[in-house]
Amino acid sequence: MKKNRLLAAFLASAMMLSLAACSGGGGGDTAGDQTADGTKDASDIVVGFAQVGAESEWRTANTENIKQAAENAGITLQFSDAQQKQENQIKAIRSFIASDVDVISVCPIVGTGWDTVLQEAKDAGIPVVLVDRGVTADPSLYVTHIKADAVKEGEKAFNWIDEYMQAQGKTPRGGGDQFQIAILEGTVGSSVAADRLNGFSTAMSGSPNAAQYNIIASQTGEYTRAKGKEVMESFLKSDGDKIDILFACNDDMALGAIQAIEAAGIKPGDDIVIVSIDAAKGAFNAMIEGKMNCAVEHTPNLGDILVETAIKIANGEQVPALIEVEEDIFPADIAEQELPNRTY
Amino acid sequence: MEKLKKLTSNHLFLPLFALALLLVFNAFATPGFFTIEVQNGQLFGRIIDILNRASILIVLSMGMTFVIATGGIDISQGSVIAISGAVCCYLIGGAADGTAKMPLLIACLAAVAVCAVCGVWNGLLVSKLKIQPMVATLILMTAGRGIAMLITEGQNITVYHKPFTYIGNSIPGSPLPTTIYIAAAVVLLVILIQKKTSIGMFVQAVGINAEAARRTGLNVTAIIFIMYIFSGMCAGVTGLMESSMISAADPNNAGLNMEMDAILSVALGGTLLTGGRFYVGGSIIGAITIQTLTTTLYALGVSSEQLPVYKAAVVLLICLLQSEKFKKFVERKSTSHKKAVKQA
Repeated sequence: MKKNRLLAAFLASAMMLSLAACSGGGGGDTAGDQTADGTKDASDIVVGFAQVGAESEWRTANTENIKQAAENAGITLQFSDAQQKQENQIKAIRSFIASDVDVISVCPIVGTGWDTVLQEAKDAGIPVVLVDRGVTADPSLYVTHIKADAVKEGEKAFNWIDEYMQAQGKTPRGGGDQFQIAILEGTVGSSVAADRLNGFSTAMSGSPNAAQYNIIASQTGEYTRAKGKEVMESFLKSDGDKIDILFACNDDMALGAIQAIEAAGIKPGDDIVIVSIDAAKGAFNAMIEGKMNCAVEHTPNLGDILVETAIKIANGEQVPALIEVEEDIFPADIAEQELPNRTY
Repeated sequence: MEKLKKLTSNHLFLPLFALALLLVFNAFATPGFFTIEVQNGQLFGRIIDILNRASILIVLSMGMTFVIATGGIDISQGSVIAISGAVCCYLIGGAADGTAKMPLLIACLAAVAVCAVCGVWNGLLVSKLKIQPMVATLILMTAGRGIAMLITEGQNITVYHKPFTYIGNSIPGSPLPTTIYIAAAVVLLVILIQKKTSIGMFVQAVGINAEAARRTGLNVTAIIFIMYIFSGMCAGVTGLMESSMISAADPNNAGLNMEMDAILSVALGGTLLTGGRFYVGGSIIGAITIQTLTTTLYALGVSSEQLPVYKAAVVLLICLLQSEKFKKFVERKSTSHKKAVKQA
């Protein structure tokens, strides 16, 4: 009994000592980093960024953009490529904590399993910023989430179509008074896929011209070109002479579908108005050739806003819990002049 | 009655019956299923779509048939398809002006050669090192997509070189897709080799009893080895068609789960997965049946997420029909039923 009490006392004092050591170290740091008026200079800020990997052109562009933004602002970026493994990202975050960076940013590979490591960061007093993808962990564990709004992307796609159809004075190819829309959905179960589709259909049902549109076919093309082409072939066999509009939830499916449409002797971009989301270079090339009408951007350019947010956080300023990035929309007529500016 | 029994006991009866059933169903359920039109000098219709895509599967299932006949299995085919597409597209290059870094023929031959090397690897593990075929080919199945991704540096390479698209689509002026000619050529080659040499018989002997085959003086190791190389090459040719169809190398998705479709075609064709007797004709009809099933489900508007469920149901049905126990069970039921009727 006596022994136990002694041990407890010893442990308690050890804890207190270590706590004192921590705060002492922390205090020293802030004193060093701060300028006379108490705000941190950009060059004193260190941001750790745990990226997913380099699995797509989009991701590569995202990485480049963030690195470039950090360089422009003069902040120090500790970059870690997780090669699409969550354990690598967790390791990276722990090493960021160990090297006591000012802000940790992470693009989580999966949504779950982050509670422990985010708690560790919180305990160490390092704010966390999520980029692009979200997590299921308690929102108090991170400061903010910077992302693109997939629902809005779907809405924009429909609104552009609506405007275009009215402006061009198009009439339904199959006769009647309704434009027939075919949709290539993304992979079922992906939140982005569901959001894009939702955005599109809510915008459609909420539009004053809702009565002019009818979704004649909607199936998943699994975000791939091959499936996009195969499913489009099937759409065309059933309703080839009726489809006026194709909405593809990503560029790749649209590019596959264009091949199917051409093979069917129909003019893509003219007979069938084609709109997709992502706006990668492939879509721009298709638009320049006149085979696609519009691409809604899903931007990888999150660097500037990330850097700006990180500087604010490091200086103790308040930031909103959700930061949505502005995204553009690129109709075919500006495709040629925009292509050189595209990074992905 | 005798004649009917003879007919139903033919090994081709079951696959043909399944195919006929699907076609009859489509005749009623899918309007315009059998319509074939001429568009820009090319035949156009669902039947052509089916033949086009089934051709790809036929080539793949040729390789699978022989591997299965030796008592093995090759589940790396799907990944090898990705490698083939990656090698070919990498060599041709993604120049936007449509020029090729390497002549098309050399790129194609190189891709098939690389796939033959993959086959050598599988063959070595199975025939020389006596590793179980499922485990041995699992290695390349896992690693293959990584290899393909290394070749393309993690990106999808889009090829703008026009002649490359002819492989998976059609050569201008030809009424039928090129894939049908390629499949016909591969099948013809297989039949010719079977007729002119005794390889077919050797393979069967190995599949029925490898030890007995060895004691009769057959070089069992060499026979198994060669069949895996052949399977790799078939996957290579399939990969060329797959990537040409979308004019791009897609290491993540090319040929995904296609080896399962190939195994299914072989099983549908009446070849037992335990090896021994094999039916080239059966595998061909099996492949067409699977593609007809897929196209039918698309035509009916079933989403591709539910597709595997339907496929599974069909496989189950066919396995039951092939099972001796099940046949006896049904016979017993029907005779006892007849007896009961007689007694009444």
